[in-house]
Amino acid sequence: MEAKLSFKLNGKSVSITTDPLRRLLDVLREDFKLTGVKEGCSEGECGACSVLFNGKMVTSCIIPVGAADGQEIMTIEGISGTEGGKIIIEAFADGGAVQCGFCIPGMVIAAYNLLSENPHPTEDEIRLGISGNICRCTGYDLIVESIKLAAERGEKIWKK
Amino acid sequence: MVTEDISRAVRRVDAVSKSDGTAKYIPDYDFKDCLWARMIRSDIPRGKIKNISIPSLPEGYFFVSSKDIPEGGHNYLHMIATDWKCFAEDEVRYRGETIGLLVGPDKTFLEDLLEQVHIDYEEQECAVTIDEGLSCKGGAFVNDNNLHCHLKLEVGNPDEAFAKAEKIVEETVETGFQEHIYLETNGACCIPEGNGKYTIYASAQCPFYIRKSIAPVLNISPEDITVRQTTTGGAFGGKEHFPDVLCGPLLVAAHKTGKGVKMIFDREEDIEFSVKRHPSKVVFKTGLDKDGNIVAMDSKVYYNVGGYLASSFVVLQRGCFHVTGCYKFPNMRTEGFGVATNTFPSCAFRGFGAPQTLFAIETHMCHLAEMQGIDPLEYKKRYFIKQGDVTSTNGKIVERVMIPEMLEQVLKASDYERKSREYKWGSGKGIGISFYNHGGAFTGNGEQALIKAKCILRKYKNGDVEILCGQTEMGQGFHTILPKIAAHILELPLEKVIFKDPDTSRVVDSGPTAASRSTMIVGKLVEKAATLMKDRYNSEEEFEIMTEYEHPDGFPWDQSTFQGYAYLGYGWGVCAVEVEVDPCTAEVTTKGIWSSHDAGHLIDERIVHGQVNGGIIQGIGWGSTEVLENVNGHFKQTSISDYIVPTSMDHPKQGVYFVENAYEWGPFGAKGMGELVFNGSGAAYIDAVSRAIGKRIPSIPCPTEKVMEYLLNGTDIKEAL
Repeated sequence: MEAKLSFKLNGKSVSITTDPLRRLLDVLREDFKLTGVKEGCSEGECGACSVLFNGKMVTSCIIPVGAADGQEIMTIEGISGTEGGKIIIEAFADGGAVQCGFCIPGMVIAAYNLLSENPHPTEDEIRLGISGNICRCTGYDLIVESIKLAAERGEKIWKK
Repeated sequence: MVTEDISRAVRRVDAVSKSDGTAKYIPDYDFKDCLWARMIRSDIPRGKIKNISIPSLPEGYFFVSSKDIPEGGHNYLHMIATDWKCFAEDEVRYRGETIGLLVGPDKTFLEDLLEQVHIDYEEQECAVTIDEGLSCKGGAFVNDNNLHCHLKLEVGNPDEAFAKAEKIVEETVETGFQEHIYLETNGACCIPEGNGKYTIYASAQCPFYIRKSIAPVLNISPEDITVRQTTTGGAFGGKEHFPDVLCGPLLVAAHKTGKGVKMIFDREEDIEFSVKRHPSKVVFKTGLDKDGNIVAMDSKVYYNVGGYLASSFVVLQRGCFHVTGCYKFPNMRTEGFGVATNTFPSCAFRGFGAPQTLFAIETHMCHLAEMQGIDPLEYKKRYFIKQGDVTSTNGKIVERVMIPEMLEQVLKASDYERKSREYKWGSGKGIGISFYNHGGAFTGNGEQALIKAKCILRKYKNGDVEILCGQTEMGQGFHTILPKIAAHILELPLEKVIFKDPDTSRVVDSGPTAASRSTMIVGKLVEKAATLMKDRYNSEEEFEIMTEYEHPDGFPWDQSTFQGYAYLGYGWGVCAVEVEVDPCTAEVTTKGIWSSHDAGHLIDERIVHGQVNGGIIQGIGWGSTEVLENVNGHFKQTSISDYIVPTSMDHPKQGVYFVENAYEWGPFGAKGMGELVFNGSGAAYIDAVSRAIGKRIPSIPCPTEKVMEYLLNGTDIKEAL
């Protein structure tokens, strides 16, 4: 059964007629071609498909798209254009956070989510903030360092 | 004019596109008019196929099997050995063996069809463990003894030394399966181009391996297949040969349907039905003199190879060559056995056989020390190998070994000596230390005899320089490392040097991206080419230079007897791990991790730092939480929620140190290090946990529940072996 769904996607109003039980991840990737949202585990465990849902981080592989009706979704494609997103991405590049990169869009979302709530996180708070995102390459240290760098560089932005 | 040390970190060239989501991995491609494929796999570990029943397929849907291999084609994949079939025909040797593909336009409908496929088998008893394989449970299915491969090495005179030994002790050390968990699952697409030519897009480490492996299936030449690597979301060895297992059937499907065919594994099938790290069992027999010194060591090395041999003999060889670790023993005998079982075949995984034997020797050395009441470090120190010493293959260590310097860095950073003295065995606190190495590149003269790596450097009119070789970026940083070498020599900005994901139709074969060889071997080819280019760069508009690998003279190797100089340059490592164990719950908290590595002169210190961090955590995962059990041929853990890889919360920030030890034949003195950094952390972690609980841990993985078992029922580490 199909339904017409309308929501805000990366700041723009969109609507789509589809089965509301399809995964939000599939609709973002297949219908809206937002392939920066990655599928890592398909069970909400690895965080590669993270998006912001009304400003809070969720794993889009376990959300039916029907739940997005009337709500606001931000993907990496939207975040990367924001001032905060740019600061995080630059910090990730400068800090050596990126290796294979498959987890990284989700990590950027996690960092954005964390810094929006807590502009001055401690090391432990950063580790907690990205604990829902699995990275198999980096051992996390340089991701943590890069988020510290993003916190410093974006001080004025995160505070508001 | 070269002013800056090449080690100074630069920004990785792929960092931004991977962060903002614009980098395209195989699932992100929108191949026009492509069909989807799903694999039909055996659901039993061993048996004869009696009948395959396929539901009636609507128009546009196809069943693809061995029957679709054209006349003259071969139903095998060439992955060093050629025993692994493209499609199973009469028998299946492991659960998950490819029987066929279902191909069609609608991915979801294919799922429904797949559920209606029925295969009748005559099921046979399966062998799953090394012991079951060796005892030929269910009857031998490889040779008459279930041995896929075997080798023997000897140094000195072990028989004589054992006869004179005061005491002979025996110990068995075991390691388990490990799953790679690259974050991007396997995926590939094969597109027919007409005229019997095909293009393959794949998430893969070795594009040239793929075309060589699968071309015989259609009886075409490798050049008829163009392989284009797509941005690869992690590999760790799991995409070295395994993409062939997808690409072979896809090639047959593209041949049959005349359309592009694409297959992306979901996570569950990628865990259940892909290659793993070989489980191992090493049985030591060690002769001691009256003072407890080692006079002879006999090691029997058993690797669980699975249903097909593929590349496993090479894995076993590397395992046997590394069984003496960083030590020199006067008399040694090593025997390796590649055991056939009915499990998914094991294959490459970071370290390629070396981590298993290095874990074994480190653990055995600790236990030899502890039963004599000696600090393991003090005991290990007696046997450190040095430049000029004889190796396990009767070659010599060519380079300076800086273990003493590395040890000093780690001791200082970790405060090991105080902690080791103060944390009494069984006190709940423990610090462990391990020593390890990794021979860089292919064994012996393999780089010259087998690989014959080539590399082209091309200069364009606009001054850009392009590197044309088959090396791949899979996260390790090679898209930055290789251009950095050329840019540094040519004194060009990094962005003037182009290095793309390889396309086999426009680059030369520089060998696989594996074996910690890329920087050491191909980096050197680029360094040479850039040096030759430099003189002509300003005077000539457009030209190219090709370089070829040449093995240095004077280091003989006999591949038939495995005697001689196995490796010219090793990476070396020292790692200390400190833990606390809760006496009630047996939960382990990692308090500190410190390491020092010798990777020659580093090409980029931050990239190498990232490799160290990731390798060490992956190694601790292997030693602790990464439990992958195989019961009756079925893997029990099939998702990231039950196969537990480390998270950001599990281990603290690492102390990372290096020593400077330029390697004579590497670019700017660099050596391999991608695998080295995995090889020792598991042993250091287990040493620490073992000392904290005061009990021997001879087997990994060791998750909390196993720590509890050892804590309650284990053998005291001071007890005689």
